[in-house]
Amino acid sequence: MKVTLKKSDYEKILARAREEKPDEACGLIGGIDSPDGVRQIESVYLLTNVDHSNEHFSLDPREQLSAVRDMREKGIKPLGNWHSHPESPSRSSQEDIRLAYDSKASYLILSLMDEKAPVLNSFHVEGGVSTKEELVILEDQEG
Amino acid sequence: MTITVSGDKKEVEEGITIAQLIEEEKVEMPLYVSVSVNEEFAQRKDFETQQLHEGDVVEFLYFMGGGR
Repeated sequence: MKVTLKKSDYEKILARAREEKPDEACGLIGGIDSPDGVRQIESVYLLTNVDHSNEHFSLDPREQLSAVRDMREKGIKPLGNWHSHPESPSRSSQEDIRLAYDSKASYLILSLMDEKAPVLNSFHVEGGVSTKEELVILEDQEG
Repeated sequence: MTITVSGDKKEVEEGITIAQLIEEEKVEMPLYVSVSVNEEFAQRKDFETQQLHEGDVVEFLYFMGGGR
């Protein structure tokens, strides 16, 4: 699947991940699945990592619910989540795969392993297998 | 009766329980899903008995976590 993300939303994720380092940062993504098969991320949500850890993350269910409510109000839907890997590559870890319960979701992982060259990838996880999705970062449109 | 499930209006049988709705909606991995009804989290122990009512708004929220 092709996934698009606005540059400003990418920068929002990056800023939050840097701010939370050394802990993992996390949040949700919302948007639409367009009829031509492109998944368009329209909103990025910055949530609390209740594990406060550099090795794990868990989203706060109350914040999750509040973000989903905001998505419903905007007419978009939950598309998955994002989290950072402060010290490891942008790939699904065994734990990421084990805890990816929603096969319809996209899982974005931002690696800050090389601070000067962050890497963001999107993955689809189903049946214990993680597959990289095509992620395109779009320049924001004026107006 | 009409309820809203994951943002969409649905016609369901009167007295449907959360557990029945989970089955009807074919929710994947239901053990790892929290259910909110009108923005209140339902207790898992009540899924089999808690009935839904006209106009209820239901969300299924997957546990989301991972590690490096």
